[in-house]
Amino acid sequence: MFESKAGILLVGGLGFFVFAFVSNAVVPILMYQHMPEQTAEQVVNANLMYQVEDLQRRYPEPFKKYVGEKPTTENVAAMLRHGRDIYVGEGCWHCHSQYIRPVSNESKRWGPVARSVEYQNELQRPVMFGTRRVGPDLSRESGRRSNDWHAVHFHHPKTVSPNSPMPAYPWFFDNDNPSEPNRRGLALMTYIQWLGSWLEVSPTYENYQPLPDVEVKAP
Amino acid sequence: MNSATLENLDAPKHKDLVNEKIVLWYFLAALTYMFISMLGGILMAMQLVHHNPIRGIEWLSPGRWRMIHTNAIAYGFLANAFLGAIHWAIPRLTFRPVLSVFLSWAIFFAWQAIVLSTAVGIIIGQAQGLEWGETPVWIDPVALVGLLLLMVNFMPPILRAKGPQYVTLWYFMAMFVWTPLTYAMGNFIPQYIAPGTSGGAIAGLFIHDLVGLFVTPLGWGLMYYFVPIILKKPIWSHGLSLVGFWGLAFFYPLQGIHHFLYTPIPMFLQYGAVIATVAIEFVVATVVINFFVTLWGSGRMIVQNVPLRFFYTGMVYYFITCFQCAMQVTLTFQELIHFSDWVVGHAHLVMFGVFSQWLLGMMTYLIPRIVKRDWYSQTLVEWHFWLSAVGVFVMFLDLGLAGVFQGYWWASLQSWDVSVDGSYPFWMIRLVAGLAMFGGQCCFVYNIYRTMSGPQTETAPSGNLATAS
Ligand code: HEC
Repeated sequence: MFESKAGILLVGGLGFFVFAFVSNAVVPILMYQHMPEQTAEQVVNANLMYQVEDLQRRYPEPFKKYVGEKPTTENVAAMLRHGRDIYVGEGCWHCHSQYIRPVSNESKRWGPVARSVEYQNELQRPVMFGTRRVGPDLSRESGRRSNDWHAVHFHHPKTVSPNSPMPAYPWFFDNDNPSEPNRRGLALMTYIQWLGSWLEVSPTYENYQPLPDVEVKAP
Repeated sequence: MNSATLENLDAPKHKDLVNEKIVLWYFLAALTYMFISMLGGILMAMQLVHHNPIRGIEWLSPGRWRMIHTNAIAYGFLANAFLGAIHWAIPRLTFRPVLSVFLSWAIFFAWQAIVLSTAVGIIIGQAQGLEWGETPVWIDPVALVGLLLLMVNFMPPILRAKGPQYVTLWYFMAMFVWTPLTYAMGNFIPQYIAPGTSGGAIAGLFIHDLVGLFVTPLGWGLMYYFVPIILKKPIWSHGLSLVGFWGLAFFYPLQGIHHFLYTPIPMFLQYGAVIATVAIEFVVATVVINFFVTLWGSGRMIVQNVPLRFFYTGMVYYFITCFQCAMQVTLTFQELIHFSDWVVGHAHLVMFGVFSQWLLGMMTYLIPRIVKRDWYSQTLVEWHFWLSAVGVFVMFLDLGLAGVFQGYWWASLQSWDVSVDGSYPFWMIRLVAGLAMFGGQCCFVYNIYRTMSGPQTETAPSGNLATAS
């Protein structure tokens, strides 16, 4: 078997692959079966609506032009989908993660540890866990910053965060003007304000005190 | 394999077996993508140190080019270069040509179209949210067909060859099964079937299997082929190569979830992935030992023969990454280094330090034979080696250290800016190391250009040490 073609193809090639697939992929799929997947419409919640209304108040003209007269579940859901596409297409997820680990004080910095149910919706197809944090985790971002902060930040991060290495995204705005977000800008802000809006306590702020400066004296 | 004995056999002639032109075309395409990939990497590196000269051009956004960087190296450089190399190795090992030369060329052009449209799709913002598989969803099925056609083209010579087969072919055979399966699993299931956490588990399997079941078997298969040829002696232990192959086949597919430790993925699956990962390091050790014992007694050749030096440097790096893997995969270590530049350093050592260097070594060995000319400049061959090998190792050390710092800054709850500002010197060194690697490839490409435009040598090139077999 170990050197025959059939053994290599069927046992090594197919068999071991299927074994791994069943144990590592089918098992979690079955385990989460009882947790129905929610649609974008279903995940629109009051916290998010509040933020979108704020968007409408701040940017009335662009909002009317790109979204509609007033926010509804339908057009907010459409914005979430669009916002997610931009988040993926711009590679935000290669610099920002979307899960809080139960270690390294992460729940102190950002909020509650990630749970499976939070990811069981169509906006996590494929899931946006992420593998690298150049910038902070965003899964508890909802409400931590105001919409105009985000607008200015996307337009030119260094304006609000002087040493930020985050790229600028002027194409989310008309006329290169941070007060005129276009469809993409509005959709992305909606998406960012959604992240974590489903939690019982939202927004979550960093609940830690900065370390006091300790003076080290030479012995 | 000794060429003298081969000639005595009534064996098919090289020119009837190998289509050298397609090998060369694959190599040149691969190097083009290496160039593109490195430009993307440099752009991102400059962005991080606040020196990105381009602001406000959507199609040149560093976030998008970061995805071009990884996809161009995986599907553009590695895949093309591997395809070139197996167009050489498989017919020579089986004494049979590929099924159809026409199909070979069709696949060649189809694959370039796939990679180019992947790049274009990413540039215009249509990436898929799957790491290492950002190929836009509308290209995925086409790429899968391409992979299946490869199997159709290459399996017949392997299956028709009689008698026991050499370890290289075991790796290739299994790879032809694994690659389409991996590709279909990763690109379709998290997108269309399983959302959220379970899809995340599969995305982890995909990231890992792409390296482990596509790149690694091709890489080691070709090492088992080229190293004994250059050293002119057989591999030390056939038995150990069996252990290596079957160990990889069993343990590699079980590890993917280790990319997402401490996520909501069920903990027992995470433990399983950790154990499988630690287990494979022992397998890796047997493979590396096998190659180093084979080298025993011929060590001087490493000094003289650049392709061989590329191969063995790659193997040393391979051992380092795998050893690193066994540590960093533990949950204790993950607490600290996950999400940090440590992982980025690890990935560069694997993808560039090991597999790209092996392929660059093969190119250094094969190109003079194909174009029937000695290398234009031996000095440039050396520069290519040293800039690549040292550049990537400096990058690896630098990013590894950066990762440890970042991990501690984050865990100690300092403001985020502290970790960003503190990374600056590391990112600067990384940029310099990256530019050195880029410079190495420029030497190589220039050398190829001058070699190809020089006069053809009458006999097979052999006077030159870089190409001495
Ligand atoms: C090069 C890596 C990088 C990319 C790409 C990137 N970011 Fe950032 N981001 C950062 C860094 C670093 C910070 C922290 C400094 C700052 O506030 O700008 C940050 C901060 C943020 C913040 C503020 C978080 C907070 O509350 O402090 C948000 C929101 C954000 N990014 C969203 C995005 C979005 C959306 C995208 C994609 C359009 C994106 N980022 C792309 C690196 C990146």
